[in-house]
Amino acid sequence: MSHSSPETMRRLTYRDAVREALAEAMRTDERVFLMGEDVGRYGGCFAASKRLLEEFGPERIRDTPLSESGFVGAGIGAALGGMRPIVEIMTVNFSLLAADQIMNTAATYLHMSGGQFNVPIVIRMATGGGRQLAAQHSHCLDGWYAHIPGIRVLSPATHEDARGMLWTALQDPDPVLIFEHSGLYNLKGELAAGAGPVDIERATVRRPGRDISVISYSASLLKSLEAAEILSAQGIEAEVVDLRTLRPLDEATFLSSVSRTHRALIVDEGWRSGSISAEISARIMEGAFFELDAPVERLCSTEVPMPYAKHMEEAALPQVDKIVKTIKNMVKTHG
Amino acid sequence: MNAQRAKKQKTSKIGRDHALHLLKNMIRIRRLEETCAELYSAMKIRGFLHLYDGQEAVAVGVMEALTAEDAVVATYREHGHALIRGISAGSILAEMFGKQEGCSRGRGGSMHLFDAKTRFYGGNAIVGGGLPIAVGLALADQMQQRPRVTCCFFGEGAVAEGEFHESMNLASLWKLPVLFVCENNLYAMGTALKLSESVTDLVRKAASYDVAAASVDGMDVLAVEAAAKKAAAAVRSGKGPYFLECRTYRFRAHSMFDPELYRDKAEVEDWKKRCPIETFIKTLKTEGFLTDKDRQVIEGEAAKEIKEAVAFAEACTWEPVEDLARFVTSERRSE
Repeated sequence: MSHSSPETMRRLTYRDAVREALAEAMRTDERVFLMGEDVGRYGGCFAASKRLLEEFGPERIRDTPLSESGFVGAGIGAALGGMRPIVEIMTVNFSLLAADQIMNTAATYLHMSGGQFNVPIVIRMATGGGRQLAAQHSHCLDGWYAHIPGIRVLSPATHEDARGMLWTALQDPDPVLIFEHSGLYNLKGELAAGAGPVDIERATVRRPGRDISVISYSASLLKSLEAAEILSAQGIEAEVVDLRTLRPLDEATFLSSVSRTHRALIVDEGWRSGSISAEISARIMEGAFFELDAPVERLCSTEVPMPYAKHMEEAALPQVDKIVKTIKNMVKTHG
Repeated sequence: MNAQRAKKQKTSKIGRDHALHLLKNMIRIRRLEETCAELYSAMKIRGFLHLYDGQEAVAVGVMEALTAEDAVVATYREHGHALIRGISAGSILAEMFGKQEGCSRGRGGSMHLFDAKTRFYGGNAIVGGGLPIAVGLALADQMQQRPRVTCCFFGEGAVAEGEFHESMNLASLWKLPVLFVCENNLYAMGTALKLSESVTDLVRKAASYDVAAASVDGMDVLAVEAAAKKAAAAVRSGKGPYFLECRTYRFRAHSMFDPELYRDKAEVEDWKKRCPIETFIKTLKTEGFLTDKDRQVIEGEAAKEIKEAVAFAEACTWEPVEDLARFVTSERRSE
């Protein structure tokens, strides 16, 4: 981890943070290459790899055909062959075309081979809704992938994590999936000039508070922080925990938070049934039940495929006003 | 020139020692598979068991074209490939017994034999799933300028999978050093090729991706060896991938659960007359390369090898249950 003094902070978009991370990884390790649909000449469907082709050439910024299973599998093979591939999948929905390779190969090779063949691949993809892209481009399946043993699942919410998680992920000997929320790419934020690799083992408290623990990740984390700010003006201090890594879950951090605040709300853009929020709720039940002053609550996406219409999509996703309302209710009811 | 004379010329060219070496390898596989069937009935081996009887000439012939630096990717019917690649019969059988001295520590079983030392990348039980992996291994070699070949075995059933087409396209597009060996045994489990493919000429499918492609009699070990050497030489010369169809037949059922309702007994008997071992023995005898005594010696050595392997597997140990969660993620966290 590296941090610079506050005076060297600069403003940039989440997209730029991702691009800087990609460029630095490519410069630092010649085994690293980026492969995916439209990553080169087009510059990446979310422009995360814009202009990298010029610096690194078509061998290392490698455009692929629309063959998700083929190029994810090829990334796995390249990783087995000593490279450090970063495979970009346009969106999490398209990753389902490569689910066989992710689940049946990347996540299993180490185990099936009795520890002989680890797969050091990093797979990045856009996730999440909020951009009126309807039911085949908008889902948040981060937590769904977190069900699978053998892979690490990262959901960077902040610029620091977007900048710093990639390098650490590349040092992992096993497959890492990085979910970049498509609603975050344009977001401007502060980043230290010397920002570099960050830890990918731990959740972190993004905002301390005494009244309730709000446990979230990715874009919902930012909504949770916004809600906490509003509530603070009304005398409710919410502690906001950023999960950061959905597998393996750092339960110590959120259990410790819940043990201090005695209330927990999980804000999860995934669907409620069988979600990562269900898992966290269960872990709180198992690990901090007697610390609770109130039942654990959850705010998740409504269980519909994502609708196109703006007002309907907004209603389907966790929103700041809902978070504020839920927290107020939880604190008041069980105060 | 009649066929017999043509064969005699070929056999003379390779020499007696090599001819007997090929014969012995085929017999080693046959004995291993017969023993597996017995051990399955004796409930020493469980799970799915797919035997290779009838197809021995393919693994034996093709392996002659590979060097120790090359990589092999195989399917769930891979006992023969593993044995000829150099994994000991003892560690193969120990694996099927589920013992920790097995080549995959008992985590894989019959369908998932792995071995880092001989660059044997499994043992893949997802039909078509190994092809993208082979493409990636070859990509890593190409990017690191290593003059290696990745040899990928698969059945004709795999050509119906998208991963076949994606892999042919990628390998051809990037001129990757992959030797694709399609073992066409006419049935994908119980479905005949002619009932599942609109185009049954597999060479045409590969050729449509501008992949050099040829077909060979997979029951003739000398023909397979010659074709594989030619194919491997083309791949080594940097011309890109090569597709070699080996027309063969499996003598036994698909697995131990298959009552074989889908094919005529007469058809099976016809193919058994073309047994790669018996026909090769006949050729060698006709040409004076093999005496009855030679055969006895070879059979005796193969039987001894497999008998000792069974004893080894019997004597192997069970992995302690406390180790259950090992090999999900790497034990060394970074390198």
